Amino acid sequence: MSVRFLAVVFSIIATGALAQGFAGLGTDAEGFSYPQAGHTLTFPQDHGPHPDFRIEWWYLTANLEGADGAEFGLQWTLFRSATRPEKAEDWSVTQSFMAHAGLTTETRHYSAERFGRGGIGQAGVTASPFSAWIDDWQMTSRASAGDDALSALNVRARGPAFSYDINLEASGPLVFHGDNGYSVKSASGQASYYYSQPFYRVTGTIVLPTGPVEVTGQAWLDREWSSQPLDENQTGWDWLSLHFDDGSKLMGFRLRSRTDDAFTSATWVRPDGTTTTYGDGSLVMIPEATARVAGRTVPVGWRLQLPQRELDITVEALNPQSWMDTLVAYWEGPVAAAGTHGGRGYLEMTGY
Amino acid sequence: MDQFAAANFAPNASILRIGALTYEAAQTKIGPTMLLALQDVRKSYSSQEGPVDVLKGVSLELDAGQHLALTGESGSGKSTLLHLVAGLDAPDSGEIRVSGRDIAHLNDPQLAGLRRDKIGLVFQQFNLIPSLTVAQNLAFHARLAGRLDADWNADLTARLGLADCLNRYPEQLSGGQQQRVAIGRTLAAKPDLILADEPTGNLDEDTSDAVLDLMLQLVGDANAGFILVTHSQRLASLLDRRLHLTHGQLQ
Amino acid sequence: MIGAGFSALLSHWRYRPLQLVTLIVGLALATGLWTGVQAINSEARSSYDRAAAVLGQDRLERLQSESGGPIEAERFVALRRAGWLVSPVVEGTIRVDGTRVRIMGIDVFTLPPEAAPLGLSGNEDTTAFLAGDGLMLAHPETAADLAGSGLNLRNTLQVTPGDLMADIATAWQLLQRTDFDYLVLAPDQPIGLQPLTEIAPDLQRIQPDPQGDIARLTGSFHLNLTAFGFLSFAVGLFIVHATIGLAFEQRRPVVRTLRALGLPRRTVIALLLVETLFLALVAGLIGVLLGYTIAALLLPNVAATLAGLYGASVPGSLTLRADWILTGVAIAFAGAILAVANGLWRMARMPLLAPAQPRAWAMASLKASRWNTLAAFALLIISLVTVWAGSGLVAGFLTLGTLLLGAALLLPPLLIALLKLGARTARSPMAEWIWADMRQQVPGLSLALMALLLALAANIGVGTMVDSFRYTFTGWLDQRLASELYVNAGNEAEAEELRSFLEGRAEAVLPIRSIELDIADQPIFVYGVVDHATYRDHWPLLRQSADVWERVAEADGALINEQLLRRDGYDLGDTIQVAPGWSETVVGVYSDYGNPTGQMIVNHDRLMEAFPDIPKLRHAVRIAPEAADSLTEALVTEFGLSSGNILNQADVKRFSLQIFDRTFLVTGALNTLTLGVAGFAILANLLTLANMRLSQMAPVWAVGTTRATLARVELLRTLALAFLTWLAAVPVGLLLAWVLLAVVNVEAFGWRLPMFVFPLDWLRLLVLALAAAAIAAAVPVWRLARTQPARFLKVFVHER
Repeated sequence: MSVRFLAVVFSIIATGALAQGFAGLGTDAEGFSYPQAGHTLTFPQDHGPHPDFRIEWWYLTANLEGADGAEFGLQWTLFRSATRPEKAEDWSVTQSFMAHAGLTTETRHYSAERFGRGGIGQAGVTASPFSAWIDDWQMTSRASAGDDALSALNVRARGPAFSYDINLEASGPLVFHGDNGYSVKSASGQASYYYSQPFYRVTGTIVLPTGPVEVTGQAWLDREWSSQPLDENQTGWDWLSLHFDDGSKLMGFRLRSRTDDAFTSATWVRPDGTTTTYGDGSLVMIPEATARVAGRTVPVGWRLQLPQRELDITVEALNPQSWMDTLVAYWEGPVAAAGTHGGRGYLEMTGY
Repeated sequence: MDQFAAANFAPNASILRIGALTYEAAQTKIGPTMLLALQDVRKSYSSQEGPVDVLKGVSLELDAGQHLALTGESGSGKSTLLHLVAGLDAPDSGEIRVSGRDIAHLNDPQLAGLRRDKIGLVFQQFNLIPSLTVAQNLAFHARLAGRLDADWNADLTARLGLADCLNRYPEQLSGGQQQRVAIGRTLAAKPDLILADEPTGNLDEDTSDAVLDLMLQLVGDANAGFILVTHSQRLASLLDRRLHLTHGQLQ
Repeated sequence: MIGAGFSALLSHWRYRPLQLVTLIVGLALATGLWTGVQAINSEARSSYDRAAAVLGQDRLERLQSESGGPIEAERFVALRRAGWLVSPVVEGTIRVDGTRVRIMGIDVFTLPPEAAPLGLSGNEDTTAFLAGDGLMLAHPETAADLAGSGLNLRNTLQVTPGDLMADIATAWQLLQRTDFDYLVLAPDQPIGLQPLTEIAPDLQRIQPDPQGDIARLTGSFHLNLTAFGFLSFAVGLFIVHATIGLAFEQRRPVVRTLRALGLPRRTVIALLLVETLFLALVAGLIGVLLGYTIAALLLPNVAATLAGLYGASVPGSLTLRADWILTGVAIAFAGAILAVANGLWRMARMPLLAPAQPRAWAMASLKASRWNTLAAFALLIISLVTVWAGSGLVAGFLTLGTLLLGAALLLPPLLIALLKLGARTARSPMAEWIWADMRQQVPGLSLALMALLLALAANIGVGTMVDSFRYTFTGWLDQRLASELYVNAGNEAEAEELRSFLEGRAEAVLPIRSIELDIADQPIFVYGVVDHATYRDHWPLLRQSADVWERVAEADGALINEQLLRRDGYDLGDTIQVAPGWSETVVGVYSDYGNPTGQMIVNHDRLMEAFPDIPKLRHAVRIAPEAADSLTEALVTEFGLSSGNILNQADVKRFSLQIFDRTFLVTGALNTLTLGVAGFAILANLLTLANMRLSQMAPVWAVGTTRATLARVELLRTLALAFLTWLAAVPVGLLLAWVLLAVVNVEAFGWRLPMFVFPLDWLRLLVLALAAAAIAAAVPVWRLARTQPARFLKVFVHER
């Protein structure tokens, strides 16, 4: 899921001043660290921030259901961006934070965003005890001592029209993409560190303008950090995380390029948490249905094939208008899968 | 008539009567002369088509008390001749003597003095000073020349029939009345030489005859020289001497 | 036929190019002055709007501590963590290379999008802005002023002149602060928040101010400018009216012929109207150009005025704006139509065979003069009534307008009466003629003379006001600025050290403590003073109760400034509620020139008791004058205070007078321009009348006057008329000054000034008026002196 923030960075250049706080990333990264193949991630430290890397995020998506069977999607994301590879404890800006929250119903999509500088307490992430926050939005560990800090979380956010407060319990281990968490993002070798916790069971409350709704469901947390993971010719991406009914899961993405064929990558996650990584070309993603969203044409229906797993499914958006109307805008919403494998998941599309 | 002989012969009565000192000086230098003598006067004006010769060598003489009618076609130069004599304009060449003094080469103040002291002018129109009353207009020239004679003025006013309109302004008068004021103003100053340029040109025939009649009577009583420029042979016939101007030359 | 008719009508201008020039120049001048003033107003207004919109002040609520004192940085984080979308702002003024700039520290992360855009371009700017190496945003003019300062500046038009926009970190470093002045509240707050009254009861919610203080305060100044613009326009219109009226009259024969040839009356009128509109368009465009130039020249001074008088920042450069360009052209049209209406109306009613009567036209105004006189008296009575019964700025200007217009209308009959009297003294025929002719000239010249009267009266009036003001102001400054030094500290700790440093070195250190409070819905600055001889001996009181200073010392009374007395009607003995549970009786009123707002002085301890967190940073220092310099040096070298924080009395006085003088520079410039236009009006009138004059002078010339004499007389006459007009303008000007000082100033600024007269200035103005008249008369007179006799003679031969 590395690419998400990257497009953020690329699409911000022409926008407002604030977004530019996250910028400066296309340039040569002086003093910043780069992901190295063969590096082993250590916890709980790597749950926390990595100030020596330019960008990083804590990215949660959830497919939820009300007591009456109504479906919902939920997003909570905290982005970190560094202008210098150091951590300040005052108002000088070295680490900046941006957060997005989304809540999707079949007919409506709500979004909100927050910004803040690190170092003053308004926004930040601590590894132990684990907490990621900006203003009153937070993702805080509720894990018992000895367990992985991410195995139980409380996640909250609110905007002018909605709020949510959910608890998450992981029923499986952390999952590492690529080569033990070293995930390659282009043929020319850009890469990031990338791991996930896709096994969350969710209970909690969402508040809509119509009132509060008790919900249950599944959630997927992505953790990724890097310093320069995208090729400058890559124009956007289509990313999916799917929970299949049989307990297996799929993460797949397609990076679109101005000059080359799309670069695809996929991780197959078995119910026990073991994974298989599929490199460029294995996963086939074909746009099938489009919708007019915020003045653009966005593919909200997909056909997915992964021959190695005999997978051939169609994916459809719960609400085609799941547009994140934030400073950096993109499509992000819950989807349903049908075909050789049935299930629920999340789709993210940028660069349209 | 031989001009030189006439110049030597004619007594200069008006000069003696008035005794204007400035001109006496000039006169004594030159010796006794007649009232007006022109010798080969030439004048041209520039126009868009080039210079136009208006007067091509005019010579004439006039004795004091003599009345001369100057006739001619339109553009024959009769008005120009009159203006030169009045010192309103200067000739290109030739000699103009008024009471023996050559006025052809006088400067502006001298010419103004000549007009003030020697000459009386009556024009076709715009004779009067619009901002002054009839009474003020009547006395204006005489006072300017320092020769206001109250009795003479009153006499003139009565004879011109202007007694009732002394406090009016010129624009409140009829054309005939206006011209009478102009005549009165000229006579009040007792000039030696009275010059009139179509003085009745703006008036109908009856009024015209009446005004001219009156004018001739008054001029005669004042014993002044008189030149009347007119295109009307009928009016000219009322005067004792007549000259006709054709293409800038006297016939 | 229409084409032929039109060309026949237009051919008039070919024969009288001067008339055409006069007409266009007159209209262009009128439009130009008006447009110039409008352009200035428009520029100023848009910059007030920008200023009001800075950080969304016009739309966003703020949180502020009750005393206006600082808010700790931790409060901001705590409110954010509680979910409240607030954004911190720190403001302060520093002096850079002698230039005062306001630093505005902001947090781009939390600033609501509704706050004005920032104008950072590219991510390098943004990174630099945030990176702590001090990139600041500045208006290009401010940036130019600070060019040599070494500050890291980026130009943007989004920031008002005189401000520097910086990140909080940068601003804190420059201001030596670690806290905020207020927090901006985002308009859309999340749902389910705990009320602010519970989590931050000490912070006040301040409502947004859509108009902005500046726009309110400067309203009177702009009304003033507009009034001047209108005066200039009226003066210019006099020229146009005179010229166009004559042109119409002179074209009667053409119109008569055209109509005799079968061109319908309506068509003729339409053609003349088309011609007028075309002329208006040309003149209007020239006028707009002229207005732009005038505005561009005056704007820097206006900007300085507004900055000095109201603290309003307006850029010194002009932007082309559709509003004043269009109003400029529109006013040219309106002016032309207004000027031509009378002529058209008369032309429309003209019998077919009516003769041309240019002279009758000139005299016609004489007939109208009785009505004019009546109208003049009516206007003067209105003026009297408004000054006696009216209130408010508009009534003040109404008084001024009716006074000026009434006086102007009264001028021609007055001049005629004077000239009639003068004529009685005439003994010689020439003298008689000169008087009579002058009198006859009055109707023809009356519009130009009225214009001159207006210009002169405005000059005398405004001049008297400004000089009276300056005289009073200088004396007042001497009293008011009694302390030798004014010293500011950067923060409370430094202030504490400063006071102990000054202990023993200075004769007295008087604290300057103030707070801005809303009293009866008005912002009023309340100052706390300690009991000291400085105040007793020097403070200029207009009205006082017995033992006034003792009562303030005992916290038993307050002083108010004149603005509160004049504008809000507080007087001795009245009670003012300063804060809940704290009322003060008014025991004295002091004059407070140059301050647009209300002000109170109360006991220092009482004020600090009510508002304990008022910043204690400013001090007035009493010391022997000769020791002031060495103390200043000691403060800088020994104590380490930046020299920008020390002001000595002489500097303040010089600065104040500088502001004062620049304030009225614009008024002076407009005055001079108006006088120039009036001069041009005379020239225009004399030129158009010159041909007519020829027939009036020809008979005088014929009976023995030289052209030179006539020319001299003509010059003398114009000068005499100018002199008489000046004579009439002096009392009008003094009345004007009185209205300005006693009515308009009180309404506009809230202070009343004693009037002083400066007769030497009147004489200077007389010289100017005579010079203007002489210059205006020079061309016609020169032409007269050189007129060929043939031209005079033509008068007698042809009907013109």
